[in-house]
Amino acid sequence: MNILEIKHVIKEYENKKALDSISLNVIEGRIFGLLGPNGAGKTTLIRIINQITAPDKGEILFSGERFKREHIQNIGYLPEERGLYKSMKVGEQCLYLAQLKGLSKNEAKQKIHHWFKKLDMLDWLNKKVEELSKGMAQKVQFVSTVLHQPKLIILDEPFTGFDPINSEIIKNEIIALKESGSTIILSTHRMESVEELCDDIALINSGQCIIEGSVNEIKNNFKEHIFEVQFEGTIQNEIQHFDTLVIESGYAIFKAKNKENTHTLIKQVVEQVNVTSFNEKLPTINDVFIQSVNNE
Amino acid sequence: MNKLLLIIKREYLSRVRKKSFIIMTLLTPLFMIGVFVVPILLASSSEDKTTIAIIDNNKFNEFRLTSSHNLEYNYLNELNLEQHKTTLIETYDFLLHIPEIDSIQQIESSIEVYSTNQMSLSIKQNVENQIDKKLTNLYLLQSGINPDQIKKSQSKSRIKTYVVDEQGDNTKGNSEASFGIGLVGGFLIYIFIFMYGTMVMRSVIEEKTNRIVEIIISSVKPFELMLGKIISVALVGLSQFAMWIILGFVFLLIANGFISTDIDVTNLNANEAVLSSEIGSSLMALPIKSLTFVFLIYFLAGYLLYGSLFAAIGSASDQETDSQQFIVPITIPLIVSFVLVQVVIDNPHGGLAYWLSMIPFTSPIIMIARIPFGVPLHELLLSISLLIAGFLLTTWVAAKIYRVGILMYGKKISYKELWKWLKYKD
Repeated sequence: MNILEIKHVIKEYENKKALDSISLNVIEGRIFGLLGPNGAGKTTLIRIINQITAPDKGEILFSGERFKREHIQNIGYLPEERGLYKSMKVGEQCLYLAQLKGLSKNEAKQKIHHWFKKLDMLDWLNKKVEELSKGMAQKVQFVSTVLHQPKLIILDEPFTGFDPINSEIIKNEIIALKESGSTIILSTHRMESVEELCDDIALINSGQCIIEGSVNEIKNNFKEHIFEVQFEGTIQNEIQHFDTLVIESGYAIFKAKNKENTHTLIKQVVEQVNVTSFNEKLPTINDVFIQSVNNE
Repeated sequence: MNKLLLIIKREYLSRVRKKSFIIMTLLTPLFMIGVFVVPILLASSSEDKTTIAIIDNNKFNEFRLTSSHNLEYNYLNELNLEQHKTTLIETYDFLLHIPEIDSIQQIESSIEVYSTNQMSLSIKQNVENQIDKKLTNLYLLQSGINPDQIKKSQSKSRIKTYVVDEQGDNTKGNSEASFGIGLVGGFLIYIFIFMYGTMVMRSVIEEKTNRIVEIIISSVKPFELMLGKIISVALVGLSQFAMWIILGFVFLLIANGFISTDIDVTNLNANEAVLSSEIGSSLMALPIKSLTFVFLIYFLAGYLLYGSLFAAIGSASDQETDSQQFIVPITIPLIVSFVLVQVVIDNPHGGLAYWLSMIPFTSPIIMIARIPFGVPLHELLLSISLLIAGFLLTTWVAAKIYRVGILMYGKKISYKELWKWLKYKD
């Protein structure tokens, strides 16, 4: 089931197409990586999903329904450029933001208590934001994004400003949110987070979606039939139908000339040496990103 | 609607809880009192007397100047002008010399004054007036007329003014009181629009630089945020008014207790006393309640008109310094109407007054200045309707600029850019 379906959405600014008939689907209950170079149109798309701006053309469905104003209550958004009211107390601020998302005062208070206790932040509640460190403020922002238990959570560069320990905490919370049924759209340039967290990705460039699908699928599509072999002994004879990219003592990398199947390679290698490990080298998302954007 | 209330509540509380708000609320009345009362006190205190030494060498003893409450004449006729000139102008403020002359008519053109500093225009006129009065009396006597006769025959008329309303009821009017109220009312509207307008602008810039604005508008429409902000500042303004009115009453009560026994009525001459008691009574006769009501309408509508423009300016600026280029054009109508208040008060029913009190950008100040002189109800209603239409228009324009501006960072915005924003779809 798709929580979000974007169909041929166009958004134009002063004759420049920020989004050029973009279409993509976000599957419910998964983590969706929204990737793309700077200026690709990610922020515009995210703002359209948050109903901050409206598309010029195209259709958007939220849980199968036509996108309406009420759906905004089911979305939590952590923008890349984010901040809080400096002279407001942390507790009051979270309460305000949660109420704006439609929670009642009591509900909001309960949720705030729950989250602040969970992340060990209870004694920050009466502090003013200006008294918090940058990392602490980021944590408060993360909590205020997810307080109202949104079905769809949009996180734009959620890890910037966090030390490794807090990054890990936030990462685990993102996974926990997914397990509790939320869908997460993660927009980031940190490819290692994408590898770790995302189930699906979409790669946007020049206002269009150039790649979309599950991470495994995409890696498979982009694989170059490169194999890594570790072995005991020496490979004397040339391997037929394969280029030898690297050969060292006990280690070699081969690339198929014509998508030859694995079988022929294994057969030829096993005849000559004792194989200790054999695996196909799949591209990283980083490779996919660079390759596809450069090819455009 | 609920969200709008939440925004208004937050914006309102965050302002009235500030120390600076409380201090401003308490200090402004004192400041106002200072602005209006101190110059009056300074002017009426006649501590400094001007001392004038006179060496009068003319033979007509009938001509003698007499000291008044701020001019003191000392006749030193026995002294020689040339010998004592320098010492005299050091001891006295001025040295007045009347040379030897043949006829009294020559006095007019032969009086000389010496001093270390140039004589001020007001003292010069004061002295000349006294001389002229004396001379006139002397001329009259020479022609065989008793000056007392003339004095008795001089009349001093005081017109009683009545304003007649549509039902034919008369209200006793007073041009002086209307003048004062018109001037003060116009001035207050001018100050308040500026004060609260910039408050809105600062708050928009603050949200932009804080980067919280994108979080807020992912929950509410930019228009709701802008409207909430503008309304909450209006409420802050009304709360401040209420406080000032209460403080004003407290001051009055205290002042009554202290001053009423002290005031020196004997100092005022009969005419002044009548006039001031008339101003007092016609101040009381002015419909204070309806004046306050109209004042509040014009303050609110005028503030909404300008407040939304200030919000738009804030949204197009990253820092307060960026806002200057946009502030100038919207403050011009405010400043122009403030300057023209005095012209309008001189002729409150003229064409200029009429048109300026219809144009929404100038009407809040100009109409308030005209009101005490009586404005026909239909004019008032037309002006208010135009003002409301005006603020709906500026709010619409401002909202279009605001929703784009708050998401623009690090770009110097030109007027051309603003024009483009107006044409953007949502």
